[in-house]
Amino acid sequence: MGDAPEAGLLGREPGERNYLTAGTTVRSWLLTTDHKRIALLYAAGITFFFFLGGAAATLMRAELVTPAGDLLTADEYNRTFTLHGVIMVWFFLVPSIPTTLGNFLLPLMIGANEVAYPKLNLFSWYLWLAGGLLTLFALLAGGVDTGWTFYTPFSTLYSNSHVLLAAAGVFVAGFSSIATGINFIATLHLLRARGMTWMRLPLFAWAMYATSLVMVLATPVLAMALLLLFAERAFGLPIFDPRAGGDPVLFQHLFWFYSHPAVYIMILPAMGVVSEVIACEARRRVFGYEFMVYAMLMIAIIGFMVWGHHMFISGQSPFASLVFSALSFVIAVPSAIKVFNWTGTLYRGQIRFSTPMLYALGFVGLFTLGGLTGLFLASLPLDVHLTDTYFVTAHFHYIMVGGSVSAFFAGLHFWWPKITGRLYSETLGRFAAVSMFFGFNFTFFPQFVLGYLGMPRRYHEYPPEFQAWHVMSSTGAVVLAFAYLWPLCYLGWSLVKGERASDNPHDATGLEWQTRSPPPTDNFAEPPIVTGPPYRYHEEGYAPHAPAAADEPQRP
Amino acid sequence: MSDTALNAPWATADRQRVATQFGMWAFLATETLFFGAIFLFYAVARWSHPAGFLAGAREADAWFGSANTIVLLTSSLTMAIAERGVRAGLVALARAMYALTIALGLCFLTIKGFEYAKDISEHLIPGRRFPLAETGASAFWAFYWTVTVVHAIHLTIGLGIVARMLLIPRDRLAARWTTAEGTALYWHLVDVVWVFLYPLLYLAGR
Ligand code: HEM
Ligand SMILES: [Cu+2]
Repeated sequence: MGDAPEAGLLGREPGERNYLTAGTTVRSWLLTTDHKRIALLYAAGITFFFFLGGAAATLMRAELVTPAGDLLTADEYNRTFTLHGVIMVWFFLVPSIPTTLGNFLLPLMIGANEVAYPKLNLFSWYLWLAGGLLTLFALLAGGVDTGWTFYTPFSTLYSNSHVLLAAAGVFVAGFSSIATGINFIATLHLLRARGMTWMRLPLFAWAMYATSLVMVLATPVLAMALLLLFAERAFGLPIFDPRAGGDPVLFQHLFWFYSHPAVYIMILPAMGVVSEVIACEARRRVFGYEFMVYAMLMIAIIGFMVWGHHMFISGQSPFASLVFSALSFVIAVPSAIKVFNWTGTLYRGQIRFSTPMLYALGFVGLFTLGGLTGLFLASLPLDVHLTDTYFVTAHFHYIMVGGSVSAFFAGLHFWWPKITGRLYSETLGRFAAVSMFFGFNFTFFPQFVLGYLGMPRRYHEYPPEFQAWHVMSSTGAVVLAFAYLWPLCYLGWSLVKGERASDNPHDATGLEWQTRSPPPTDNFAEPPIVTGPPYRYHEEGYAPHAPAAADEPQRP
Repeated sequence: MSDTALNAPWATADRQRVATQFGMWAFLATETLFFGAIFLFYAVARWSHPAGFLAGAREADAWFGSANTIVLLTSSLTMAIAERGVRAGLVALARAMYALTIALGLCFLTIKGFEYAKDISEHLIPGRRFPLAETGASAFWAFYWTVTVVHAIHLTIGLGIVARMLLIPRDRLAARWTTAEGTALYWHLVDVVWVFLYPLLYLAGR
């Protein structure tokens, strides 16, 4: 990394202003409309929620070390996994990459100096924060025991925990998601630089586009589902109550109409990050760029048609189940295309095993395993056996944690020099990336076995024959916890003491690397003009690692 | 005629106008799915207990509903005139029409209030004193209360943004026609939702 770190520092006035130094008062942060600062505001919040959700996970893994339910009562355990799920899904993973890396990078990548609606962007941070605080309050007031899925009629008629507060929190945060989605879509349509045609967009920008479409079209359905839940629970209106002619399965339909597409809100941004990292660190153009774009759009669209695969055992009609099963197999195709194309990009690449690359490679492996087990679950007879077992838990953790969180860390490290203007220690970073891969597999692979053997999810005690696998999983969780905490140390250190980063330390193409590190408040000194496709690595006669080539200024 | 009140990051009034429209339409797409979900509830409830559901629907007061439909459609007309007025620079006309739109909106809410009072006096709130025994009747009323309250909230927000148009100083109103357009789009959305609600709530049982 950083063949010529000083290159970008030359000719720079020492006190030059950037977006970080443009104002230092608290007010200048809390009232900022700079997309880069808003990204950092989100980052602070998301880090907090991530470790809060992580604390709940630690508690659960500690409980499961022994077969007896000795650490937490059944009720406390329910509240713990609900807290974990709600926080991790809505206050960490859904906003994670879009609101931090997306907010920061999207305008830079398309040569714009802002998102389309800067004030709305700030407002959506406040909405998200308000939602988070409501949910936190529900937690402090005693917690919720419904699971992150809020299934009726338990959530509306029987649970005596703080369902209303938590649902209100998620409801409010949902509008933040919608606002971000609208903002990104408008930004991409209206603010691309001259020459930045749709087929020249970096894949990360495309990923943000696909994600935003899903956010804008799926989230309102969740909002209404929660509102109906609210109406039934708070005012006794019979909506899901079968005794009064309501239909509890209707809630599941509405919930999964959002929540299946939402899993793509969580994974599409990760796919975008990984495409950028792999292309740069393998010094290759993305193999099959157009296929990558269409695959993402297909995923976003077909993602709306498979929600019923979460309801195979809910009593929906067998015909519906068959169709949902078939469509779930169909959606695996674009996902597979992506894995194939990442591999194609690596083929004959000059691979640098840098920290972001290790995370990205980890993503590809874990995502593949998660996706393949998704096919197990998509086949009806197997799902009847596996549903509501640890197999499902392992499946979605492989994709959401192994996949998305790895990609988030890949992106965080990859763009760290751009965001902060500092370099971190590569050695320590690689160590963290490798620990995360091993820790993750160590934690979650045993859960596939457990689930297959019949261990149901959401229980705090279990028959002793499962103990060995549970102990393995809990031990892995210790490694994983280390792998998440460790970057806090060396990245924190890099903030204060890290070496200054040049403008383009990875020698990457992409407009965000052509401005300074960290960028000035208005991003570009003059509006960039784009003259060619993205990922111009590996041109004829171009030797990427030769020092001479690395020093040359990048062309747009 | 161009909008002189430019906001970041737009370089020209034309782009800003496109952006306002674009954002508003994207928001309307969101709203469509939002209301779509509760219409699904309506469909499911009516499908599974048709007789009971329609027995419930018969209790809805079509007089109130029809009066409100007329009021709201008229407000859409005044809103459309206001928007055109801003665009043509007819500031006085536009302001009068905005004021009339607000008055009609308040009129709608008042009629709705009387309707609610009547519904409550007839115990048409699902619960122990609900008068209809058929299964499904209370589901209709669950829909009625939820959807009309959600609609009324939308309308109240609408009153706020129309009032905001009146707060713009007279001499600058003509320049703000992209804002006028966004306001009008929102108001018409609230109206269009009602156009669907009217037959579903008041004509279904007849
Ligand atoms: C390759 C495509 C995929 C297929 C075919 C697939 C299939 C499935 C199926 C059939 C289930 C239901 C299992 C059950 O409840 O019995 C399921 C659950 C789940 N999947 Fe996937 N999946 C895929 C990709 C993803 C992705 C990309 C994510 C997340 C980023 C994800 C996250 C989840 C979650 C969170 C659940 C469990 C929800 C719960 O019950 O709490 N899946 N998957
Ligand atoms: Cu799904």
